[in-house]
Amino acid sequence: MSRLLPFLLTLLVSGYASGECLTRGTGDMGVVVERAAGSLKVVDTSAHEVLFRVPGLGDLSHASVVYSRDGRYAYVFGRDGGLSKIDILCGTIVKRIVQGGNSIGGAISQDGTLIAVSNYEPGGVKIFSSDDLSLIADIPATPTTDREGKPKQAKTVGLVDAPGQRFVVSLYDTGESWIIDMRIPGQPAIQRFTHIGSLPYDALITPDGRYYIAGLFGEDGLSLLDLWHPEKGPRMILRDYGRGDEKLPVYKMPHLEGWAIAGERAFLPAVGRNQILVVHRGDWQETGRVAVHGQPVFVMARPDGRQIWVNFAFPNNDVVQVIDSETLNIVKSITTGKGTLHMEFSPRGEEVWISVRDRDEVQVYDTESFELTHRIPADKPSGIFFTARAHQTGL
Amino acid sequence: MTPATLTCLLSLVTAIASPFASAEVPESRQAEIIHLLKHDCGSCHGMRLEGGLGPALTPEHFRLWDPQQLALTILYGRPGTPMPPWRPFLSDSEALWLATVLKQGGVP
Repeated sequence: MSRLLPFLLTLLVSGYASGECLTRGTGDMGVVVERAAGSLKVVDTSAHEVLFRVPGLGDLSHASVVYSRDGRYAYVFGRDGGLSKIDILCGTIVKRIVQGGNSIGGAISQDGTLIAVSNYEPGGVKIFSSDDLSLIADIPATPTTDREGKPKQAKTVGLVDAPGQRFVVSLYDTGESWIIDMRIPGQPAIQRFTHIGSLPYDALITPDGRYYIAGLFGEDGLSLLDLWHPEKGPRMILRDYGRGDEKLPVYKMPHLEGWAIAGERAFLPAVGRNQILVVHRGDWQETGRVAVHGQPVFVMARPDGRQIWVNFAFPNNDVVQVIDSETLNIVKSITTGKGTLHMEFSPRGEEVWISVRDRDEVQVYDTESFELTHRIPADKPSGIFFTARAHQTGL
Repeated sequence: MTPATLTCLLSLVTAIASPFASAEVPESRQAEIIHLLKHDCGSCHGMRLEGGLGPALTPEHFRLWDPQQLALTILYGRPGTPMPPWRPFLSDSEALWLATVLKQGGVP
């Protein structure tokens, strides 16, 4: 042991020194986006510790992350068009490119070889090799004009991966959804659906990869596309959810990333209303509504589907609420603090990590007792992304 | 736009133009407004105000706008677009102060 001790000490110290890499599995790791500083914190979700801080990632004010299928690399999509590949075992940037002027997120292909990025400026989708971030396909969106009549390309939103090495994306300005088939990487095959509804602002795909649902800002309802039967085209669901009541001003658009589903019930945010819509999965009819604290931003099911957690838009973004998915009662309201931006469940749901921007911390709650168990300091945290996403369609 | 709406808008401009003339915003409040700008307006316009779902809030983008028009848009929103009215959160003089800062590109 006496001879081993110096060796062990060296190992211990070097493991945490900058530039050295960890030797461990990544299944209980994740990243927290520090939106203003343009950095990531790499975290250990078992120890509730920060392992690395990775700076130099540009404007991360609306950043999102996907993982390589081996759970080692995090691909970070920055607002400023930056695409960065981060080695979370080493806390280093493997490669970073600026691929557009203004971006809104991305997706990784079914087989893990392709990274697709959704761009506002210039509007379209670019597809890169997940290995070296070299450009594989550049797909401009539909030409249109801005309010001053200048030509531009439609902004792309709601980009997800789908089975069959496909991506699905929607076009904000022109009201379209596109299926991009990448089975032959250099030759994207695009199926375009027009007139899906007015101003799609985000979209999601069910965990089985079958249904693609785009939320609409310009009208009530959502657009549903059955990817088992794309030949049937998209159709409107919940068309009348807002009938008769005045829409409130929207200070932050809801996010449809993630899919809150519990048994046969799906939970969706209503736009411009302090409500969650409950929908029957299958016939897509509304079966109920839950009145909540404010306009919902993220509506997320605990992985077992027993609880639905919701955060809210400005000026009500200091609270999260928990809905019992069976009774539809609000079982808990937690005052987390101003700027509560995102939530991420541990893979099996025993805890949830919540970013609270204006308190510069991530709060960890036990999802059974609702007790605050840990606080992890982070500079203006926004998105939280755990590696379990590596193996989920649409995340 | 009907003549009635125009008159209504014009009188609105006149009505809030006078407090605009003496836009005094205490420094501590200025910091709060800039925080609001970056983090909440930033949801759509980008934290660095270079645009997102909403347009960029740069002097270049606003070259044809005057601060009064901008302040009105901030306060009352822009019907037919996602831009909401910020009147519940900003006074007339605060909106004009913010509009002037944006027009001049003086966001710290």
